[in-house]
Amino acid sequence: MSQETRTARTLRLRLPGLTGHRAGQHVDVRLTAPDGYTAVRSYSVASALPGDELELTVEELSDGEVSPYLVHGVSVGDQLEVRGPVGGWFVWDPADPSPVQLIAGGSGVVPLMAMIRAHAATAPASPGATAEFRLLYSVRSPEASYYGAELDELATSALLTVTHVYTREAPAGSVVPPRRLDAATLSIAVLPVSANPAFFICGATAFVETVADWLVQAGYPADRIKTERYGGMGSTP
Amino acid sequence: MGIVSPGFFGRRRQGDPALPPGQYLTESFPVLSAGPTPRIAPDEWEFTITTETGQVHRWSWDEFLALKQDDVTQDIHCVTSWSKLGTSWRGVSLDTLFESVESDCEFTMAHSYGGYTTNVPLDDLLDGKAWIAHEFDGEALEPAHGGPARLLVPHLYFWKSAKWVRGLEMLRQDEPGFWESNGYHMYGDPWREERYW
Repeated sequence: MSQETRTARTLRLRLPGLTGHRAGQHVDVRLTAPDGYTAVRSYSVASALPGDELELTVEELSDGEVSPYLVHGVSVGDQLEVRGPVGGWFVWDPADPSPVQLIAGGSGVVPLMAMIRAHAATAPASPGATAEFRLLYSVRSPEASYYGAELDELATSALLTVTHVYTREAPAGSVVPPRRLDAATLSIAVLPVSANPAFFICGATAFVETVADWLVQAGYPADRIKTERYGGMGSTP
Repeated sequence: MGIVSPGFFGRRRQGDPALPPGQYLTESFPVLSAGPTPRIAPDEWEFTITTETGQVHRWSWDEFLALKQDDVTQDIHCVTSWSKLGTSWRGVSLDTLFESVESDCEFTMAHSYGGYTTNVPLDDLLDGKAWIAHEFDGEALEPAHGGPARLLVPHLYFWKSAKWVRGLEMLRQDEPGFWESNGYHMYGDPWREERYW
């Protein structure tokens, strides 16, 4: 396991019998306390590994019940009860040649990273191997960004473009001040309507709702936009 | 009991008998949906029940609001593990809508604006167990939560309570809807933790 940011940790799990999985799927982790009390939470898979291993990146939620244990309590060699990976909707299919626009808010980058990694690992003969990928990643600060060095490395490929929008704190020396994602920034960063991209948007509810609405208003077909809310506890009333 | 994590204690539980296994209580109202939120104006809205003979029972927004309205308080349970107790809804009972419907089918498929579908056995819609709800907490149901109207089947996981519902199709045999085709359980009883296949 490795510390991703100050508040997030990546855990690698071995699931006996697992033979790979689809990029974008999640697992359910069930923790059982010594007195039998159980709690279940869903976590997106971050990795695109063949075989029986996968990685989760877990953000510690300040009022969380399961995430603090996964970030601080679990040690190498511990056993966890895991169900999955599951999900057949919010997944990228290597057989799909469509260009792909990924849009992440904060820790919502996790399942999108699985898609980026799967794309990079796709056999050249698959139609999706040559699909153009773009990631628009809205995140609080450079320190809060996940997968920094790996994303930089992957973005040296002509097939992946990564755009960060820093909402609270810009990198040192940046000419762009921190700002929230807005419709104008979005329209410049994402693949054009004419490319008919497949969208995957993941983040907090308000972020996902807002971005999806902007895209529909900009003329992208609703049936090309797949969304996943992350963290679950959005404050939408 | 599953694998015990010695350092894990979890939140001090309320010991609430209204909470199904693996669920936690939330005071907020999270949103789970698969794509953008459709915006349906009431004058475009209609609700239909289509039987196996092709007969279509149809209600406009005004006709729907003119039906007998129920105010109900229900616990709801999302498959993503949150539960919300004592939620208040206003809507029309499926018993009311089915009064004039003749069908021998035991299964239904709910269809929504935006293309979402979910399957629910007819027995789970009748006898005061389900509604087409258009108000939440005394306010018009917001689009993000399924407005103008959503199916409300609170005794099943909440993905069965189809948002932006526009009709029910009677089926002779059970068929999977949207999430049911994507790994989720055909029935979805939270008390038996029927989350996935």
